[in-house]
Amino acid sequence: MSSPESSPYKDSEASPHGETRKTEWPLWEVFIRGQHGLSHRHVGSLHAPDAEMAIKNARDVYTRRNEGVSIWVVEAGHIAASSPEEKGALYEPSNDKVYRHPTFYDIPEEVGAM
Amino acid sequence: MSDALFEYLCRLGDNTLVLGHRVSEWCGVAPVLEEDIALANTALDLIGQTQLWLGLAGEVEGKGRDADRLAFHRDAWEFRNLLLVEQPNRDFGVTMMRQFLFDAWHVDYLKALTESSDARIAAIAEKSLKEVTYHVERSADTVIGLGDGTEESHARMQDALERLWPYAGEVFHADAVDEEMVKAGIAPDPSSLRPAYDARLAEVFAEATLTRPEDDFAHKGGKDGARHSEHLGHMLSQMQWLQRAYPDASW
Repeated sequence: MSSPESSPYKDSEASPHGETRKTEWPLWEVFIRGQHGLSHRHVGSLHAPDAEMAIKNARDVYTRRNEGVSIWVVEAGHIAASSPEEKGALYEPSNDKVYRHPTFYDIPEEVGAM
Repeated sequence: MSDALFEYLCRLGDNTLVLGHRVSEWCGVAPVLEEDIALANTALDLIGQTQLWLGLAGEVEGKGRDADRLAFHRDAWEFRNLLLVEQPNRDFGVTMMRQFLFDAWHVDYLKALTESSDARIAAIAEKSLKEVTYHVERSADTVIGLGDGTEESHARMQDALERLWPYAGEVFHADAVDEEMVKAGIAPDPSSLRPAYDARLAEVFAEATLTRPEDDFAHKGGKDGARHSEHLGHMLSQMQWLQRAYPDASW
């Protein structure tokens, strides 16, 4: 069981690398596909003892109102994340190279969700 | 016939009402947030099913009582729920064991009811079955997780099983109402579901490293209303007080 007091989670971004407390469930990130044809989107996180219960908890916490057709869960510690210092190199495109940005045509409505 | 059918529908509706209310008592105080939400969802499913069963019961009775009237204006002795579902929550282990012992029966019973000769009953069963299929998956997993968990959780689950076991068998005992339902093709013979129940329990308890009590003695008196345990009255006073104090109050 997780407990109401917070303590760092093993391998998660914010933690010094201590062990998860014995009484705590690991943290899982939840991704839900809203409709066929769309991709899975991150909706939030939750605690669960294992992957199966994480999916069950996700069903209870995030999909009670027909939000999803498919659920992915992944233990938070298994997500590799970029670090904020690399922001410039990774995310700031050369805006003078206009051909990189697909803004010159309209997507016909019949194509639907892309 | 309509008397027996009314009685029978009250049994179905009172099971889901009383268990739904019990489970809702965890709202806001469950051991973890995820379980709190899951339990509240289960409670809501059960209360939703209650509206259908008691709604139909009121229709069959034909005296103008609707589901709310039946839920909030009957006293303990008029309730027809199993003794199992009125047992108090105690710790989380007892709550989940009670849920599993009920769900394991409920899911197969609803499956059988989808073949009912009464189309209204078959339709409610069909609708409820989807929810209850999930309930039993969840409660079985939790019983396994806690039973085969730590020394502490294992001991609590074994205690819970021993405490609740004498209430698990009532549902398989048939009386005159059941016999009439069987004759009319409305419901299955209660005892016919026992082998599947025993098999499901054996499988889950083996994985949970729990030992099923040897004695199958079962208390009776819930579903015919003859001898409810003292817990039901206390629960109803909590559940019904608003409608009793302010009759017909609405949102």
